[in-house]
Amino acid sequence: MEEALIIAGRRFGSRLLMGTGKFSSSEVMKRAIEASGAQIVTVALRRVELENPADSILHAIDREKYLLLPNTSGARDAGEAVRLARLARVGGCEPWIKLEVIPDPRYLLPDPVETLKAAEILVKEGFIVLPYIQADPILAKRLEEAGTATVMPLGAPIGSNRGIRTRDAIEIIIEGATVPVVVDAGLGAPSHAAEALEMGADGVLVNTAIAVARDPAAMAAAFKKGVEAGRQAYLAGLGRTRRQAEASSPLTGFLR
Amino acid sequence: MSFYDEVKRTSWTQIEREIEGCSEADVESALGAGGPGGVDLHHFMSLLSPAAERYLEESAGLAHTITRQRFGNTIGLFAPLYVSNFCKNSCAYCGFNTKNEIARLALTPEQVKLEGEYIHKLGFRHLLLVSGEDRQAASLDYFIEICGLLRPIFSSLAVEIYPMGVEEYRALTGCGIDGLTVFQETYSERAYERYHLGGKKRNFQYRLETPDRGGEAGFRRIGLGALLGLENWRVEGFYMGLHAKHLMRKYWKSQVSISFPRLRPAAGAFPVPCEVSDRAFVQLLTALRLFLPDTGFALSTREPAGLRDHLIPLAITAMSAGSRTDPGGYTHPQHQEAGAQFEISDDRDPEAVAEAIRQKGYEPVWKDWDEALS
Repeated sequence: MEEALIIAGRRFGSRLLMGTGKFSSSEVMKRAIEASGAQIVTVALRRVELENPADSILHAIDREKYLLLPNTSGARDAGEAVRLARLARVGGCEPWIKLEVIPDPRYLLPDPVETLKAAEILVKEGFIVLPYIQADPILAKRLEEAGTATVMPLGAPIGSNRGIRTRDAIEIIIEGATVPVVVDAGLGAPSHAAEALEMGADGVLVNTAIAVARDPAAMAAAFKKGVEAGRQAYLAGLGRTRRQAEASSPLTGFLR
Repeated sequence: MSFYDEVKRTSWTQIEREIEGCSEADVESALGAGGPGGVDLHHFMSLLSPAAERYLEESAGLAHTITRQRFGNTIGLFAPLYVSNFCKNSCAYCGFNTKNEIARLALTPEQVKLEGEYIHKLGFRHLLLVSGEDRQAASLDYFIEICGLLRPIFSSLAVEIYPMGVEEYRALTGCGIDGLTVFQETYSERAYERYHLGGKKRNFQYRLETPDRGGEAGFRRIGLGALLGLENWRVEGFYMGLHAKHLMRKYWKSQVSISFPRLRPAAGAFPVPCEVSDRAFVQLLTALRLFLPDTGFALSTREPAGLRDHLIPLAITAMSAGSRTDPGGYTHPQHQEAGAQFEISDDRDPEAVAEAIRQKGYEPVWKDWDEALS
């Protein structure tokens, strides 16, 4: 089996994607990203000044080494998300966009209708779209049909550290997906990341659990191991769980 | 139902009695409770109560953890820009009181632009426009005009001006103002009448319903606050919490935040009726944080530098810095042209405040919004 994570034809050795919010300094963030082994790093457009070369977050991310994945956090509807994405491209980012349409500032849950609408527009404009979504299998299929490069269902609300609370729905998404499935949001411990990969998710995105840890770089290294362990377990055969019981004495054995 | 109706269904003295009556067992139960939406109303009351005083360190620890989890190791920075100190109200505690003989000034749009550019150079990208209540000195059209001048250089523009109607607020959100801040001063209708002696601000209900009108008009950020020191802070805290919850339920797309302006005793000034000690201030912050895990808490330069620094890791999410509360004060600091609203306690420049934030292990955040979002 292909061991790289391939998104829109691009290969990534690491299945851990990292967010850049909530860190105590860009220096701490930089060390955590390095320790995580991540190759895709997402940045909220609302937090950065693209035109400012001294911007503390942008300055800390070596774009030769990492794919800088701008996100539309703060967008409340499709129009705002599309506007932000276009600004990112004009500002010199690659046409990759992590699409977040979040009308609710409390639990930060994504709006499925507006997300789909924005994805359709952005795909037509040539963006490589990675949408953050509720763990909704039908929505995942609709986005895939619209041409998104991944789907990124949430495990639990952003920043909640609650782990994979949407397990059943994510299993269905994974089963049906033809694009990579990246579990985004809510993973609070390396074991949660391992669980996602064991289930067959193609990757995970982690931010809060690393950024607010006492030692973010050490936590990033731990997540790296969690992701690797989960993937290895999946490849070793753990991922294939059965929905029905399998009797040890087959009921239809006599037919042979 | 507006928040006024909600307040009318409660009684200040009844709430006060209930809070005073909470036991240590209530507090202990509160400290062990709380889902993702925060502790319930009864637990919240117990955290505001005298019984919770013994548990301050423990609740502060929880408040710290919840705040960091939700907002990260960051503190947002913003600056106020006072555009006019003309005011027709007569509020007993305020420097802009119409009866005060101070130099009055309304900046011209050109002067506002200069002040804005100065603030921008200091590093700020979040700006709060402030004015007294005088529509002749600062009209709706005036705010629309200055918004056009400031919009290109600020990521976020908010107003803390006299209350307006929904349609007027729609005009402001339409031209790119994303935040509305309005302080109720006190949630006690009786006390409110005592301290607001003249002008349109006398109308308690209109003031109280202002955030509702702002929510209806679609402001992305709504800021609340009580002027601490006018009444019993425990009960004010209770109503602030209730008010924030009301707005979050009703205007679920808006981010609600709370500010904590505190009256401080000063020679010759307004005598503080119900002084709020530092200890009480911390208890208020922690109780509100446990009740409202997702609400931004802002702290102004009214508070002294030392206390502000201590509060950074507690529950605060945003601070102003290097503020001037006199119109024109940024560009003409030496020869003050107009009277100030209140005295600044933390007079460090913004970079010194940013450095203090870093020293505490937090990242000062100058930009956390974008023009494209409003």
